[in-house]
Amino acid sequence: MSVVVERDQALLDAVLAIGRDVAAPNADEVDRSARFPVEAIAALREERALSAFVPVSLGGGGVSFETLARCCFELGRHCAASAMVFAMHQIQVVSIVRHLEADSWFESYLADLAAEQRLIASVTSEVGTGGDMGRSIAAVTPSADGGLTFEKQAPTVSYGEYADDLLTTLRRAPDAEPGDQVVALTHRSQTELESTGTWDVLGMRGTCSPGYVVRATLLPEQILSTPFARVAAESVVPVSHILWSHLWLGIAQDAFDRARAFVRASAKRKPGEPLPIASRLSHLLSELSMLRAEVDYALREFVNASEDPGRERLSTMAAALRFNNLKIAASEHAADICRGALDICGIVGFKNDTPFSVGRHLRDAMSAALMIANERIHQTNAGLLLIAKDI
Amino acid sequence: MNERIRQALAEHARLATDISLLSDEADLYRAGMTSHASVNVMLALEDFFDVEFPDRMLRRDVFESVASIRAALSELLAGVPS
Repeated sequence: MSVVVERDQALLDAVLAIGRDVAAPNADEVDRSARFPVEAIAALREERALSAFVPVSLGGGGVSFETLARCCFELGRHCAASAMVFAMHQIQVVSIVRHLEADSWFESYLADLAAEQRLIASVTSEVGTGGDMGRSIAAVTPSADGGLTFEKQAPTVSYGEYADDLLTTLRRAPDAEPGDQVVALTHRSQTELESTGTWDVLGMRGTCSPGYVVRATLLPEQILSTPFARVAAESVVPVSHILWSHLWLGIAQDAFDRARAFVRASAKRKPGEPLPIASRLSHLLSELSMLRAEVDYALREFVNASEDPGRERLSTMAAALRFNNLKIAASEHAADICRGALDICGIVGFKNDTPFSVGRHLRDAMSAALMIANERIHQTNAGLLLIAKDI
Repeated sequence: MNERIRQALAEHARLATDISLLSDEADLYRAGMTSHASVNVMLALEDFFDVEFPDRMLRRDVFESVASIRAALSELLAGVPS
């Protein structure tokens, strides 16, 4: 076995164990109390999973992107909130790693992240932009002492209060156009979070994502040199959609597993009798298989396209359509599968305290359609479809 | 060709700055062109020049400036295999 495969397998084994032994037993309480999944994140830190994608030369785990995606799936089977915190952190790490310049501030930052297992939250959405991540109002602003500052009104910042660092999208300068964006990383010690709301929501309650006014001071080197538009097309957008889809698939997989356990229990009680829900389970498996195929295919396309020189394929409209569609399809199908599992389990699925409960799954999966609203993505795709050729 | 490109930009790019004030090399995205607006620019250019931008050209950097659009169109009009 090569070193690379061993490293990946070791991480996967550790994450499997964390999902089963740490995330799962706390999942209901995390959901009920809408509290941060401290135990799971502490366990992931212990296994150095927060730096899993950081290159080995900087002290990280150097695992493949496929392994990271698989970890999101496995965590999603047990606690969607833990999986979402892990996935969102990894989106930031992967984006920094993929646009890293040698000897930059970000290089030494990644070494610190690996050494200290620092957790990164993101501040991408903004009040007043209509949910368009490609536009900003807040701007990087020179301050009197020669440093830089910004102030951003964020409608949601997932686990902002628990993060060590924040990655924020901003206009390049006070006179820059809304689409002329950069991304800045600030330490929590440089950043003030003024809470503007609460987080009492239907699902994904443990991500603790209220709104904040985010104010920070920073140095010029804390701004990534690659423009955000390019970072978004090549990394943030496809990586987000792929890692989210994997954890949504994990939620759907566990809902399906619970429905299957219920059907088996029913069959054992009345052997030989016709069991209509068994056939509904078979229909549900078809849906799950389609979702699995879509998620897996998108992952492979992304990995292949990332190996192209200049990653040119990822900047095409066809690629944007591809990964936008993954997000729409996975978010809708995952919730549909949870709903199908509820139909099979009936009242024992509806109750929150049975081995067949799928209420949390359904509620968590329903957040998927809202994370970058599907209707907004459809509007974008509608424009791209007018011009893209090879879909 | 430049004039025609600039006309398409004036009509569809929704720039914050008047196109006549921008050089051929100026970054159109920085001047306020959104990806949504760039789609309309592409459609207008395809229609006028009776060409189709192949997928490999439907990238952000190809529509970044008047000069980069001109380079792409010249390649298409010269019949270079795409």
